[in-house]
Amino acid sequence: MARLQIDGITKRYGEVHAVRDVTLDIADGELVVLLGPSGCGKTTTLRVVAGFAEPTSGAVRLGERDITRLPPWKRNAGLVFQSYALFPHLTVAQNVAFGLEMRNAGAAETAGRVSDALRLVRLEHLSERLPRQLSGGQQQRVALARALAFHPEVLLLDEPLSNLDAKLRQEVRVEIRELQRKLGLTTVMVTHDQEEALTMADRLVVMNDGAVRQVGTQQDLYEHPVDRFVAGFVGRSTFIEGEVEAPGRFRSAGGLALACNGASVGPATLALRPERIAVDMAPHAGVDNNLPGVVEFVSYLGPAIDMHVRISAEERVVAQVPNRAGGPVPKVGEQVHVGWPAGNGIVFPGVEPVTGNGTSERRSQ
Amino acid sequence: MSRAGIRLGPWALKGSAAITLAYILTPLVFVTWLSFFRQEIPSFPPEGYSLRWFAAIAGNDRFVSGFLLSLQLAVIATGIGLCLGLPAALCLSRIRFRGREALNSLLLLPLVVPGIVLGIALYVFHVEAEIATSLPIVGSLGGLIAGHVLIVIPWTVRLVTASLAGLDRSIEEAAQSLGADRLTTFRRVTLPAIRPGVVAAALFGFVSSFGNLEMSLFLVGPGRTTLPIAIIQYLEWKIDPTIAAVSVLQILLIAAVMLLTDRFVKISRVV
Repeated sequence: MARLQIDGITKRYGEVHAVRDVTLDIADGELVVLLGPSGCGKTTTLRVVAGFAEPTSGAVRLGERDITRLPPWKRNAGLVFQSYALFPHLTVAQNVAFGLEMRNAGAAETAGRVSDALRLVRLEHLSERLPRQLSGGQQQRVALARALAFHPEVLLLDEPLSNLDAKLRQEVRVEIRELQRKLGLTTVMVTHDQEEALTMADRLVVMNDGAVRQVGTQQDLYEHPVDRFVAGFVGRSTFIEGEVEAPGRFRSAGGLALACNGASVGPATLALRPERIAVDMAPHAGVDNNLPGVVEFVSYLGPAIDMHVRISAEERVVAQVPNRAGGPVPKVGEQVHVGWPAGNGIVFPGVEPVTGNGTSERRSQ
Repeated sequence: MSRAGIRLGPWALKGSAAITLAYILTPLVFVTWLSFFRQEIPSFPPEGYSLRWFAAIAGNDRFVSGFLLSLQLAVIATGIGLCLGLPAALCLSRIRFRGREALNSLLLLPLVVPGIVLGIALYVFHVEAEIATSLPIVGSLGGLIAGHVLIVIPWTVRLVTASLAGLDRSIEEAAQSLGADRLTTFRRVTLPAIRPGVVAAALFGFVSSFGNLEMSLFLVGPGRTTLPIAIIQYLEWKIDPTIAAVSVLQILLIAAVMLLTDRFVKISRVV
């Protein structure tokens, strides 16, 4: 395995920028997830690394080699596709052997590596089957074995779990992650599923409109999103538009005066995580922000209860409270009090145009 | 909908399928029956049965040489048609270029233009070409083969394009990421994946070339007679069941080729 450096990659199709100046340095053995809504450039970035798209400018380095202009078959990158892309006319073992055969490995070496790879994904017993005789999860594991059998320098996963059903997806996530750690595989994975990204990544790269918005660990992105897009895409947020009147004072468009942390004076957006808002029947004592509101929508999720609380004629917040044994389940129309300390809100200065579907989907009303 | 209505649907479907099948098979059944009649003038009821008409074929030089020429022609034309149609289909389905739709239609045109028109046009072209180059073109074997290639191409282009459209491109990318260059990818992955389409294309090209009459009429030279032309010429003088026997043999040949190929690739999945 090797270090992968993506250095200022730009990919233009005519006037359209699919990828703008993306730079990433992925350490040996690290799993980096490119996360973003569809059309954000994450797949194009992966295809540039794999060699299926030539960047308009920038360079890709794998280990000591500059691979920017190399064709895909000279890159030594293992690729797993969303559709698995197994060769339908070859058996499982022949599929897994394909990469070794292309490298003219001897028969004995090939046989050994094929059975090693199939053992890794626990499918040795199916080596003589054809792909169409396997379930989706099994096909996915064959695709992984095929991508690993020839000992690639980097593993590229393109939405590898999207075609699996929800339960299987959770299992395979863990399985791939454990395998990746055990073998120390330098891995780039593309997904639009934030839960998948959070489960698997060492580091995440949030992309939108072809550009990198933020790179960091799960905690970095959740606790310190750099902008409104990231705050809306990683986890959920309620956004309240308004302005910072004075340091520490936020005035919402609906006229509410709210305490916030620092921030320079001017138009701004206040982002609130649902689980960082407390909801009670009685007013909260000694909390920076304490507002009466009316419950307008309730979702009983099991471990938690989601509710939409109207706090002014124009603003509603989403709050998520743990579902404690015997605790009251609020009803629509009930009067409640919402509260949060100033530090729980994140202020993004400026008026940011809503871009990408990630933001618009998660906007508060 | 009433219960009776629900049951009626499948029966109506089966009924219309049966009628269509009968419509297609009836002439074949009668031709086959006729080929075993003993009397020379076809009339009902048969006076008796005999195999003499099948024996008569072997003794008829025109049928034997016609069959050999048609077979040779169909094999060569199909081979060339595949060599031209396969790359054309690849271009049409892989590369976006100006005039792609027009080229696609152009390559299917020989299927649409009536054989007579095609034959006359090619004949006139051959005459003009011969005058211009003073090479022997009119009535040459090369000219005949070129004409047959023309009627094979629409089948190869159409059927191979259809299989390419159903092909998951990511399997080719998978092969490349595993170390296969373009040629190896085509040989090891693309071609096996579209093989049923290629076989079907060869089969249909073969059959349409083998059975072609109208166009060939204008392109054959002296002493060069294809089987369909030999049949027509025979019919000008006689209507004995020899023709029926020839037809039966032709049907059997084509059916055998179809069944044989179907054993190796499921053509029913392509066409």
